Amino acid sequence: MTAPNQQPTIVVAVTGLNAIDSPGPGVAVIRAIREGMKQPVRIIGLSYETLEPGIYLHDVVDKTYQIPYPSAGLEALTGRLKYIHEKEKIDVIIPNFDAELYNFIKLGTTLRSLGIETFLPNLEQFEARDKINLYAFGLKYGLSVPKDKVIYHANELYACAESFGYPLVVKGKFYDAIIAHTLEMAQKAFHKLSAKWGFPIIVQQFIHGTEINIAVLGDGKGKAISIIPMRKLYITDKGKAWAGITLEDEGLIKLANQFVEATHWKGGCELEIMRTAEGTPYIMEVNPRFPAWIYLSAAAGQNQPAALVNMALGENIAPYTGYEVGKIFIRYAWDHITDVSEFQKISAFGEL
Amino acid sequence: MIQLRKNIASSDSGFIFNPATGDSYSANPIAADILHHLKSGKSVAEIKTLILGKFDVEAGQLEKDWDDFIAQLREANLTEN
Repeated sequence: MTAPNQQPTIVVAVTGLNAIDSPGPGVAVIRAIREGMKQPVRIIGLSYETLEPGIYLHDVVDKTYQIPYPSAGLEALTGRLKYIHEKEKIDVIIPNFDAELYNFIKLGTTLRSLGIETFLPNLEQFEARDKINLYAFGLKYGLSVPKDKVIYHANELYACAESFGYPLVVKGKFYDAIIAHTLEMAQKAFHKLSAKWGFPIIVQQFIHGTEINIAVLGDGKGKAISIIPMRKLYITDKGKAWAGITLEDEGLIKLANQFVEATHWKGGCELEIMRTAEGTPYIMEVNPRFPAWIYLSAAAGQNQPAALVNMALGENIAPYTGYEVGKIFIRYAWDHITDVSEFQKISAFGEL
Repeated sequence: MIQLRKNIASSDSGFIFNPATGDSYSANPIAADILHHLKSGKSVAEIKTLILGKFDVEAGQLEKDWDDFIAQLREANLTEN
């Protein structure tokens, strides 16, 4: 038997270090991995901007490298990852942003040939659950989803309002959603979101109910390894959960199992649910990566990020069977102090 | 017979938690007592007798408040029936 301190160190590279008011999941993913892995772990942060807080949290991230924005393309990302891999010998990469996932999925084979594992859905799965395709996705798999319309012109909003009524939800291609109660509000939302995220814009039927999110980890073969439902207790003006509580609800677990069985989802994802007063859970969105509150899964007894790392490394993980209900997370802001020399290093050299 | 949902958690201090919805409530001492008795499976008549014996309340007032309280429990989805 090998003593724990003699086990090889697992090197995990993680993106999404922007622990701001609309936080990326990176820091929470790292916290869970550090707690849940039996082996020693070295964490490599992959950042896009110089002020992502995770870069400066040295007890969270061992070393950070900047990587090119997704718009720079596959070649730029591959070159940078090869450089980082030469130095760090990465075992697993966990990308945590919707906008970067396409590139990382496309690079899966290349990364594997370098000895870097990922645990991501394939492109078909990734695109099927896209907001643009969500309604067709729901129909195909028999899941309750709100009606929607994908539009490219503001003058299409009138027809949307005619068929869905007010309020309706105007959504950006990647992020953000605005509830509009009038045509004028919908037009304003359309222009704001298209300027920020581009086209198309998704207009969705408004479903009144309780907002619930479910963190899910699928094995890629139709089995859910972990399902943790959470109700938002405190929601920021950006719609983000600032506090939440784990729930016990067989209907939600069944829905998440149905989703994984139908899609053979591989990796982490978050189902955004609106449960109506009658108890029908509508899937409002499927986020193809761990949510920012994912540490709650570990705190409740199902460490999804650590399980993902183990599965990426080839381990067979049995589905979790229980979790603590009534576990609460309360997010807080903390002014981390650093020196300008640190800022200078990441700004000038792209490494810290 | 009024049955609380099986998974409803309540404490002696009157804190009630519904794990299916994440909702929590605070009950006053009489309400907390009633919840305790409901959870232990006592009948409505038994509970009313116990409450009248323990608290300074008229039977007529208890009847009125009882109906209000049970309606609140149902509205909060805390009962099976």
